[in-house]
Amino acid sequence: MRKGGIKEKGKGGTCLGEEEEMGHSQTRGRKRDMEEKSEGGACLGSKNEWAADGMDTEAAGFSVPLEHSFEIDDVPRFRMRGSVQLRGGREHAASLWQSPLTEEDRSMLKAVAAVDGLYRIRVPRVSVQTDRQAERQMDGYLTAFLPACSMVESHLSDVITLHTDVTGYLIGVSIVTIPGTCRGAEVEEEVDLEAFNTTLSFMGPVTAPAPETALYIERMEHEMEKKAKNPQEQKSFFAKYWYLILGGAVFLMATSSTQSPPGGGREQS
Amino acid sequence: MAIFISWFVYFFLLFRFSFAVFEDQVGKFDWRQQYIGKVRFAYFDTQSQASKKLLLATEQNVVASLNSRTGDLFWRQVDKTGPEGQIDTLLFHGQDAVVIAGNGRLLRSWESNIGGLNWEMVLDTGSFQAAALIGVQDVVKYVAVLKKAAISLHYLSSGHQKWVENLPDSDTIQYQSVYSAGGTEVLVLGVVPHSHLTIIAFNIEDGEIMDQRSVDAPWLSSLQPSCAVVGPGSLVCVDAVTASLYVLSLNKEDRAAMQQITLQALGLEVAPGFQPTVLSTQPNPARPASSQWFLQLDLDHYILLQLTGGLISPLRDFKPAFLVSFATSGEKTVAAVLAPKNETSCSVSLFSADSGRRLLDTTVIVHLDPNGGMPEKLYVQAFLKKDDSVGYRVLVQTEDHTLTFLQQPGRVVWSREEALADVVTMEMVDLPLTGTQAELEGEFGKKADGLLHMVLKRLSSQLILLQAWLGHLWKLFYDARKPRSLVKNEVTIETLARDEFNLQKMMVMVTASGKLFGIDSKSGTVLWKHYLRNVQANAAFKLMVQRTTAHFPHPPQCTLLIKDKETGLTNLHVFNPIFGKKSHISPPVLARPVLQTLLLPLMDQDYSKVLLLIDSEYKVTAFPSTKNVLQQLQETASSIFFFLVDSSQGRLSGFRLRKDLSTELIWEVVIPPEVQRIVAVKGKRANEHVHSQGRVMGDRSVLYKYLNPNLLAVVTESTDTHQERSFVGVFLIDGVTGRIIHEAVQRKARGPIHLIHSENWVVYVYWNAKFRRNEFSVLELFEGMELYNSTVFSSLDRPHLPQVLQQSYIFPSSIRTMEATLTEKGITSRHLLVGLPSGAVLSLPKMFLDPRRPEVVSEQSREENLIPYAPEMPIRTEWYINYNQSVSRVRGIYTAPSGLESTCLVVAYGLDIYQTRVYPSKQFDVLKDDYDYVLISSVLFGLFFATMISKRLAQVKLLNRAWR
Repeated sequence: MRKGGIKEKGKGGTCLGEEEEMGHSQTRGRKRDMEEKSEGGACLGSKNEWAADGMDTEAAGFSVPLEHSFEIDDVPRFRMRGSVQLRGGREHAASLWQSPLTEEDRSMLKAVAAVDGLYRIRVPRVSVQTDRQAERQMDGYLTAFLPACSMVESHLSDVITLHTDVTGYLIGVSIVTIPGTCRGAEVEEEVDLEAFNTTLSFMGPVTAPAPETALYIERMEHEMEKKAKNPQEQKSFFAKYWYLILGGAVFLMATSSTQSPPGGGREQS
Repeated sequence: MAIFISWFVYFFLLFRFSFAVFEDQVGKFDWRQQYIGKVRFAYFDTQSQASKKLLLATEQNVVASLNSRTGDLFWRQVDKTGPEGQIDTLLFHGQDAVVIAGNGRLLRSWESNIGGLNWEMVLDTGSFQAAALIGVQDVVKYVAVLKKAAISLHYLSSGHQKWVENLPDSDTIQYQSVYSAGGTEVLVLGVVPHSHLTIIAFNIEDGEIMDQRSVDAPWLSSLQPSCAVVGPGSLVCVDAVTASLYVLSLNKEDRAAMQQITLQALGLEVAPGFQPTVLSTQPNPARPASSQWFLQLDLDHYILLQLTGGLISPLRDFKPAFLVSFATSGEKTVAAVLAPKNETSCSVSLFSADSGRRLLDTTVIVHLDPNGGMPEKLYVQAFLKKDDSVGYRVLVQTEDHTLTFLQQPGRVVWSREEALADVVTMEMVDLPLTGTQAELEGEFGKKADGLLHMVLKRLSSQLILLQAWLGHLWKLFYDARKPRSLVKNEVTIETLARDEFNLQKMMVMVTASGKLFGIDSKSGTVLWKHYLRNVQANAAFKLMVQRTTAHFPHPPQCTLLIKDKETGLTNLHVFNPIFGKKSHISPPVLARPVLQTLLLPLMDQDYSKVLLLIDSEYKVTAFPSTKNVLQQLQETASSIFFFLVDSSQGRLSGFRLRKDLSTELIWEVVIPPEVQRIVAVKGKRANEHVHSQGRVMGDRSVLYKYLNPNLLAVVTESTDTHQERSFVGVFLIDGVTGRIIHEAVQRKARGPIHLIHSENWVVYVYWNAKFRRNEFSVLELFEGMELYNSTVFSSLDRPHLPQVLQQSYIFPSSIRTMEATLTEKGITSRHLLVGLPSGAVLSLPKMFLDPRRPEVVSEQSREENLIPYAPEMPIRTEWYINYNQSVSRVRGIYTAPSGLESTCLVVAYGLDIYQTRVYPSKQFDVLKDDYDYVLISSVLFGLFFATMISKRLAQVKLLNRAWR
């Protein structure tokens, strides 16, 4: 399993509050504008990540929008939650940038949790292999869900895993919260539901083991060698314990044979 | 030391894993039935009157000989499946059965008495057209094989080729028929559709073309089935468009054009839209064909005609008549006609072919099974009686693939259910309680109506019990007086009752032909059968048990889902699995194709489980859909999830049920079909119990199993089939949340994949493309040293991923199918039942497929009883559960628990059906057959008396001491 998780708190305040309905490339553009504007402001947490990439983000990586939806009527209407910034290389280094929930969203999430609604996320079907930029986009999304209450009760601390196939296409997304239960615990809206505490990880296929013949043969040869080296010891071992083996065999034969020894009569006296 | 220990371990293993049956146990718990499939060609041995041979070739690529007195198999030769082994034709002469198989690839001759191979010839390539036996001077000597571009002649005695000749203009002319009247030439008939007919005469001795001519026939598109050679040398054709018969002389000298005779002139008429056919007979290949022939003008309209000197005269008109057939005995040729008699029976009558006169006292009544199909094929065996009259027997094949052999005046000599050669799916259902047991049970089921009533009811049921007991005693007494051989324990549907340990069950089998069978698992007797008439040939079936026998007085209920693969439309057949009767409950009408079904553990007030059917618009239909059910569904809707798999798009999607029985999409996983395609998706069996939650390790700590009941194992194969780049993907996906639990790639691997998913493990078999061998791989999932939530499992609340262990092994044989044993409580250790191409069913202990098998033996692994890792999986012959009772072409293995924890019932089906019991952990809960009751009771009594005596003695001693 290849994991490139980065734990990150979106301390970004309200700087992305209004741009929910945007496509991801647009968002990126706008976001950078915003950062420039609010230098040293509320978006500092996320800015560090961006600053690390500097200006060469276009060349080395790209970002995937992460959208979420929680509605009282349970009809999904996806809005931007954040974006996953992918960088090239085999280790799938990625970082997550996400905006905190607005006040409206917070009360909505609580309301959805109260009616046992769902919290859904989705990501587009893309290839995370950066060298395949041109062909990476495919139509459709990958979706996953969670009961909204567990999102609320875990205080927005979730684990998002992006699953890739052998060629690096995203094939699935999963979201769990820790803890995952819904006990009906009281949650304070302002303090607990403000920012996401997300662990993002990638999971690719592991290579299943093939039958290990080489090691086995090696071991057998080793044993053969050992046997060849000191045959006396081997012999003496059997000579030493032959009665045990014989006894064991006799015992087994006695237990497995169906006829009991005629000892019943003697027991009576 | 290590060697000694490993020897010691193996020594003990040898003792542990001996499962072979004893010689005297053969056939005690197991039975096998052999089938041949739907018949395509059948011949009776007409050489001698006493011959009992019946020679058949079937659609299952089987050549077989049956005993015509009993219906038993004399011998059977099973060829490859698919077009490679398909039997093109079967010819029978004397002792030789000549078979052409694989679209003219192989020419074989079987010895018809013992089924041995006389000879085999590999023919040149070219698609097969026709074959015929060729006789010279009244002796059949050769076999002629006509291919698309060549004709070859082979000796019947050795198969050697006498000559082969190319056919002229074979790219335009379609050669379709070969004929010889026993003279010096072989005629090959070819046709250029809607243009002309070509006749070529070859010399039998050297293959030289003696004559070649074309005749205009613009109305003719194909020789089969509208043309046939009749009489000494005339070709008779029928054409529906011009409503005429055409007669052409095949004689070399006679160069006349085709003679047209309108059907109207004969007073005949073709039914509109029907393709008329000509049916002739050539009783002896060394003699000309008979001058009498049948003309079929409608589905149930046949006419017997005669051709003499170029003149056609009708002999007799048969309407209605379903089937006709010619038969020859000695010099007499007769025509048998099967005509409907009334609703439930047909009659077969014999007519003299020469005159068309009905022969007296020759009617055979064929009773049609109301649960069977209509007659489809008729084969007649005629013989001369002592008084020189003609007697005959008929073999009737019906639409449901039943073969029935009848004798005058309608006695069924035997019948074979050949539909069972193609079992698609099956279930085992518990038998009902006996009447007396049911009476007692019924008492508790009913509602109380007052004290007095209850007392009376109790008394009456006790009386019934007493009566039954007395009856039983009387029967025992009565049977005891009879000689033992006369006491038969025949199983009939009336005497069916559950035995003590529930070892006898009803096997409900669904066959590809659409016929359902109820078979007693103890004896293999077919207790009921039901033919579903409107089933398409390519239908898919799914059988579900909605109500078991446990809910007396409600009858058990099974539902069969029949899905037409092309249209996707589905209908349900609801029936009682014990009696086979169609239920009076009307199933829902499904207007849209059904995508998925879900049998819920919810029950309605009549204890039948709720079946949910999800259609192509993602709407859910519940069956049964009573008010009670709908209410329950509303309450539990938010916890009912289901998944759909679209393998063409690689899409797996999850849905949740809404209160109004509509659904909502909640998760989606897409595996790009350009890279890999989904070949198998398997969940766990619903009736599986897992007894132990974890495994005790060598250091006495517990490793808990990850037992997710919603887990799906999805297996993919790469689209790239190059041996270096091909791979097999294994995904473990939670069916509720869509979370991918594990993802693995087996490199350099290819299908076919076989998969078992059970408990906390998945076993799959694949083909290693690099090393060219079959390999097993096992995945086991563990939660770790502590459970997240030990009381209840919820897919929504399992945030931690399980630990996945995997190991692979080499298997020295290829595999046809695989299944795991199943027992009542899951205490017994598991075995894998592996169906091998050789026909053996191997019982492989799961212990050998354990990813925790250590490579280096340690103290702890020994403590845990782990076998040291060895890359090769052994096959021991004593693991074959079916000893020498091979199951041909095993397609599936079904396992069912019995009432005994140690015992698992196994049915392997393919061309044959084999039923047995397996004891994966030996019979730990059963006393042996030869258990010494006398000894144990005498010891007990002895001890008892010894205690009594010693007590008395002790008392005396105490008393004596007190006096002292």
